[in-house]
Amino acid sequence: MTHVNAIEARNTIKAFGQGDAAVRALDDVSVTIRQGEFFTLLGPSGCGKTTLLRLIAGFEMPSSGMILIDGAEVTNLPPNRRPVNTVFQSYALFPHLTVAENVGFALKMQGRPKAEITETAARMLALVKLEHLAGRKVAQLSGGQQQRVALARALAPQPKVLLLDEPLSALDLKLRKEMQVELKRLQMETGITFVFVTHDQEEALTMSDRIGVMSAGKLQQVGSPRDIYTRPVNRFVASFIGETNFLPVTPSQGGVKLGCGAVVVAEGEGSTLTIRPEQMRLVAAGEPGTLPAQVENLVYFGTDTHLNLRLPDGELLTARVQSPPSGDAGFAAGQAIGVAFLPGAARLIRD
Amino acid sequence: MSPAEEQQIRQSSRNGWLLSAPALVILTLAAMGPLLVVILYSFLTPGQYGNVVWDFSWDGWISILFTRDIFDGTLGLADAHLTIFWRSIKLSLQTTLLTFAVGFPTAWFIATRPPKARALWLFLITIPFWTNLLIRTFAINEVLRSEGLMNTLLMKIGLIAAPIQVMYTDTAVLIGMAYVYLPLMVLPLFAAIDRFDLRLLEAGYDLYASRWQVLRHVILPIVKPGIVAGSILVFVPSLGAYVTPRVLGGGKNMMIGNFIELQFLQGRNWPLGAALSILLLIVVMIALLIYTRAAGKGANPHG
Repeated sequence: MTHVNAIEARNTIKAFGQGDAAVRALDDVSVTIRQGEFFTLLGPSGCGKTTLLRLIAGFEMPSSGMILIDGAEVTNLPPNRRPVNTVFQSYALFPHLTVAENVGFALKMQGRPKAEITETAARMLALVKLEHLAGRKVAQLSGGQQQRVALARALAPQPKVLLLDEPLSALDLKLRKEMQVELKRLQMETGITFVFVTHDQEEALTMSDRIGVMSAGKLQQVGSPRDIYTRPVNRFVASFIGETNFLPVTPSQGGVKLGCGAVVVAEGEGSTLTIRPEQMRLVAAGEPGTLPAQVENLVYFGTDTHLNLRLPDGELLTARVQSPPSGDAGFAAGQAIGVAFLPGAARLIRD
Repeated sequence: MSPAEEQQIRQSSRNGWLLSAPALVILTLAAMGPLLVVILYSFLTPGQYGNVVWDFSWDGWISILFTRDIFDGTLGLADAHLTIFWRSIKLSLQTTLLTFAVGFPTAWFIATRPPKARALWLFLITIPFWTNLLIRTFAINEVLRSEGLMNTLLMKIGLIAAPIQVMYTDTAVLIGMAYVYLPLMVLPLFAAIDRFDLRLLEAGYDLYASRWQVLRHVILPIVKPGIVAGSILVFVPSLGAYVTPRVLGGGKNMMIGNFIELQFLQGRNWPLGAALSILLLIVVMIALLIYTRAAGKGANPHG
């Protein structure tokens, strides 16, 4: 198959500073982003996700390694010669231009005919539903509207790849949810490959086709949201995406042995067992095949209730149960109960 | 609003006028007074030993452009005057361009330094202001003259065999004025560039603009108010410059300022001097009007 990858980064290293003081913002990262996919780079601030994006855009040059866009090497090309466009976190709209002029800027720089620029700008503004504001100066727009202009501006030249650098972080929660839907719609309609950078794991899970989880300049895991959530490869990924419990285990006949002596079945390899709070069944104390535990306290979250449980060896375990109509989960602090892991829920991971 | 309240507001606004009356009187006398005298003098007849004779005459204004033939009394175009006006405008425009060419990279350099270094650079830029203009001009003289720094250096390294005659030419005046007025260009440019969001550069490059296009379509339009302010600040005093053309131009290459001085001293033609002064004032006012127009247009709502 002659399918070309939208983006390929090969062993890219980006070091800032000199000699011993050098910091590796990107430490040997290789990643492949497919045509037409919504790819998210997820990680805490300072993990290198924005650096990777800037390397793809061409604002930074890698210390070593290679970047390919659409099968062609671009490692040392300046940003204006790469077929990618960026939606900046600060939007970076041109204050001296109108909304339509902002959107048509790239085409104007490419020397396209005036009629085409006007037509494309109008079409892009219609795409983000801002056609009525074409003549405004950007300073007269709200944050959400500026965001849409930034999107239209970056999409206007029909880039091979659209890079989005935490574009939603400046918006309030309601607007952010709206824009998430909007972004997904735009990606479907245009068919353009989106590379989205965020530190918000929920945003990443709901929007992406695939996620690359980054930490400390390294790509920890790449996979679909389901993969990442249900089969994290290490402790960082498991704890960064969603909530989870970690229990130290030792190998044992027929499974792994917990600190409290109970033996459970778990997939994977490693010396730490991870189990999501919602993947446990809480039953009456003493039921066979369950772990004995004591309820320390309950935290009511509305849709569900969190129970902090104490295992006999002193380990803490958080479980989540859906709140019933009455709101009362039916447990009380100090109560002794039995805990059963849902089949396939417990996984072993490396640290 | 009750009548009593209205009364009170009227009263307080009247009090306001009364309180500012002394300042207004002084302003009127100090600013308008001399100006009115100058306007008045421009319509009088020159006295034999300077001063004026109180006879109304248009001659002061007419002789700005025309000269009366000594023999038959017919009016002819005053070429010498036109040369001086042209030189003044040309040199002022050149000074503005030169200070911009040097000042823009300088201001950009300063504005992109870290805050601490920035303060130091700005301080260095303003140091020449502490010295008297005359002394600064003589310092330039020391650099430019035939046995001066520039020629000695160029001859030492063998670039030239004989000294270049720069002193007492328009070039010397241009260099001198550009040096003297450079801070007036750099400071407003710095203020404009300092407000410029450098992230817009990346946006420009990202949207396929070359370096030149980014300068032309992003940087220059956004810092335009600073460019206009700096240009006016340099152009206006250049037009009326007196000391620099006198010292570096040698009195031979006059500008309007020197020409006005000539009328009041050796020329003994006060009405012409007065008319020239008013003309200069009008030109400057027009320049300022253009400036406020341009700045008003460039100002954005949150700027």
